[in-house]
Amino acid sequence: MTQFALKTALPAYLRVEQARAEKAAREFGLDFFPTVFEMTSYDQMNELASYSGFPTRYSHWRFGMEYERLSKSHEYGLSRIYEMVINNNPSYAYLLEGNSLTDQRLVMAHVLGHVDFFKNNFAFRATDEEKLGRVIDPSTRRADYSPARRWVDRFANHGSRISRHVARHGMDKVESFIDHCLSLENLIDPWAPFRGRTDAAAVSGDGEEPEPVVVPKLAAKDYMDKFINPEEYLEAQKKKLEEVRDRKKGVPSEPERDVLSFLLAHAPLDRWERDVVSIVATEARYFVPQMQTKIMNEGWASYWHSRLMTEKILTDGEIIDYADRNAGVLATSKGQLNPYKLGVELYRHIEERWNKGQFGREWETCTRLDDHRAWDMQLGLGRKKIFEVRSHYNDVTFIDEFLTPDFVARQKLYTFGYSGKSGQYEIESRQFKEVKEKLLFQLTNSGNPLIWVIDANFQNRGELLLRHEHQGVDLQKDYAKATLEALVRCWKRPCAVATKADKKPVLLRYDGSEHTEQPYKV
Amino acid sequence: MALKIGQDHARFRHIVRGRIRKNLRQYISKGELIGRKGKDLVSIPVPQIDIPRFKFSDQQSGGVGHGDGEVGESVGDGEGAPGKGKAGQGEGQHIVEVEVSIDELAEILGEELELPAIKPKGESRLNQDTARYTGIRRVGPESLRHFKRTYREAMKRQIISGTFDAEHPVVIPTPHDKRYRSWTVTNKPVANAVIIYMMDVSGSMGDEQKEIVRIESFWLDAWLTRQYKGLESRFIIHDSVAREVDRETFFKTRESGGTMISSAYKLCKSMIEADYPHSEWNIYPFHFSDGDNWSMDDTLACVGLMKNYLIPWSNMFAYGQVESPYGSGQFIKDLGEHFKDDDRVVMCEIPNKDAIVQSIKTFLGKGR
Repeated sequence: MTQFALKTALPAYLRVEQARAEKAAREFGLDFFPTVFEMTSYDQMNELASYSGFPTRYSHWRFGMEYERLSKSHEYGLSRIYEMVINNNPSYAYLLEGNSLTDQRLVMAHVLGHVDFFKNNFAFRATDEEKLGRVIDPSTRRADYSPARRWVDRFANHGSRISRHVARHGMDKVESFIDHCLSLENLIDPWAPFRGRTDAAAVSGDGEEPEPVVVPKLAAKDYMDKFINPEEYLEAQKKKLEEVRDRKKGVPSEPERDVLSFLLAHAPLDRWERDVVSIVATEARYFVPQMQTKIMNEGWASYWHSRLMTEKILTDGEIIDYADRNAGVLATSKGQLNPYKLGVELYRHIEERWNKGQFGREWETCTRLDDHRAWDMQLGLGRKKIFEVRSHYNDVTFIDEFLTPDFVARQKLYTFGYSGKSGQYEIESRQFKEVKEKLLFQLTNSGNPLIWVIDANFQNRGELLLRHEHQGVDLQKDYAKATLEALVRCWKRPCAVATKADKKPVLLRYDGSEHTEQPYKV
Repeated sequence: MALKIGQDHARFRHIVRGRIRKNLRQYISKGELIGRKGKDLVSIPVPQIDIPRFKFSDQQSGGVGHGDGEVGESVGDGEGAPGKGKAGQGEGQHIVEVEVSIDELAEILGEELELPAIKPKGESRLNQDTARYTGIRRVGPESLRHFKRTYREAMKRQIISGTFDAEHPVVIPTPHDKRYRSWTVTNKPVANAVIIYMMDVSGSMGDEQKEIVRIESFWLDAWLTRQYKGLESRFIIHDSVAREVDRETFFKTRESGGTMISSAYKLCKSMIEADYPHSEWNIYPFHFSDGDNWSMDDTLACVGLMKNYLIPWSNMFAYGQVESPYGSGQFIKDLGEHFKDDDRVVMCEIPNKDAIVQSIKTFLGKGR
């Protein structure tokens, strides 16, 4: 199969380029899946980009919306897609027909960086199909690691499953249900795959009598037993444990973050609805690692395209074109974070620090600014360190561990926020602490609010209760209400979310016809 | 090569147009339709539909950026919500402003507009797309299976492969033999239609008023001629007398003088009588004025003309009134009194340029 899959329409001169780029990348120690480059025209490219790179997906208007945006901005010369690559084994990447040779080389070098990242970053282990849902230790793996990641096929299969449902139930019905599922798409637990349990793990009890509670006793000789383990105490303990046991009887027994899995396991869905929910959930999970590592992934690819191009691939005559393109990729604009720029600079910062030995207790506790800055132990550990980082970190831990005050100042990072006074977004601070906090806040859970299912039998009426863990920012209310409507569509009973608005706890509830809002305490 | 995305794209366009899935329309974000003038380029946003999710309210969140700037310096206004974290796997969900040509704008306008109450009349010059079953193909739904052709193919195959037995002529089609009816889309004429534009160019109409009328009738004309192939347009300008002009003059002329609206209506009437028998044509008169007529008598003459001739003949009579610093704006009130309950008469006030789009929608909006 692979043998045929690798046959592409790539012209001979680009196959030569690919071999060159791959050789150069291997020399630097990059380790990537086999990569298939395909040549596309601009409209095919726009189509593929609308489908996030997948040649076949299920039919949905939002892909058409994306296509409209991309093709319009392409036609009017506002933007162009240079590079696109899918996390698949083998990986697929696309080259735009009519790009200059320099551009194609740049794209290839960049793509190889991405594919190396797909293969080696731990977060992407969650997309290994043989391990789906049960990767316990993502850092160990066999030397000949080549996981099944046939996501292109999977997504195509999703397409045919959905079209079967459409044929049976009608476009409008299926599509609007997909819309509802997409409203819930971000309510998954990104860490579920590493917890070593399957989706429906929340199912509890088999309907039998609960087992009697045994209170553990302290070891004691017979005659001492009633002093060391006094009866009143044992009774009290027993009561406590029974309470805990009885509390666990509820569904879910513990707050459940994976709302989609929870619905799959417990909501009264029709068969086709269940299938749609599981498709949407599977695809959402597929994209989780990419969202968790946007900065790292783009930074890594940019780091390597820059080194490969300037040290191995480019001819002298191409350097200006390349520099122009590279500057475009790394350009910053007001009020926006460029993940390429932040990522690549942070890798370089790490490399420099580890080359000079600027880490560890001694360096951190050094209070003399001059020494601190001029610190150089000539360790040369930088390369090794960044490879390690690309394997074992995600954006949150990457920023948390390696962002330094020095870096924030040099990169001129700032936080901005909305000012009610001027009705504009304004720069708020350039302080290290605040920048870091804001970055981490944005990256945590990929910028989504933390939502848990806490009770499936709320008020003993079979209603679904969710809790939003409020961390300083309110939910957008109109959207929250619309999302509740989607939830009701799946749960088929009233649903509610406990959150805070203007610092007061409130319960937003939708019963299928009416929205209510009332003060509430969990 | 046909793209797979075509289907999804068409579906999205339909949603934006409001033909299907009407409940999604509340999530469509769109800004100003006509952003700026100059040559034939205008700036419009690409419509985007946001799927509602649990998300943070933008105004509290803000973000991180890099670059120069003092604390307190603005990085963008509140609407665009810059850098609101990372939504999905693509870039942020920002609205892209793109420049559009007249044709495209006309198309965008057209998506929500139609010629109201159009009827099949006359020799038919106005074209519309229809499907006709003319061809045969190898794939298709079973409901369109062509029985005879399928068996003929099966028989051919059996004869060629030597399995056909003339003694026992049993023909069994395999899936490859199946043939299906297929259709082609043909442009079928459905009706005749004429639009008669009338504009008041009297002294009370200032330059600004005329410009509003011109922009409005220009867009009406651009859209209608694009949408209905074979549509006829006639142009009348009037002060105290009316005359017919060509398109060019209509959009450019400067005149001044008194105002006798009835003159235009008379000309319109004779034009219809001469060229467009109402049994054969769909007729749409559009009249634009500042509503300042010479006398009540003339207004009554207008009402008489409309009642007896123009309205019974027309599918719709549109009257747009621009606001003028000089005029009384009485005419629209008079018309309102006489034709309050007649839904063939559509009236609309156009106070400024911003109201143009709205008034076009009033005139041609779907499902009106």
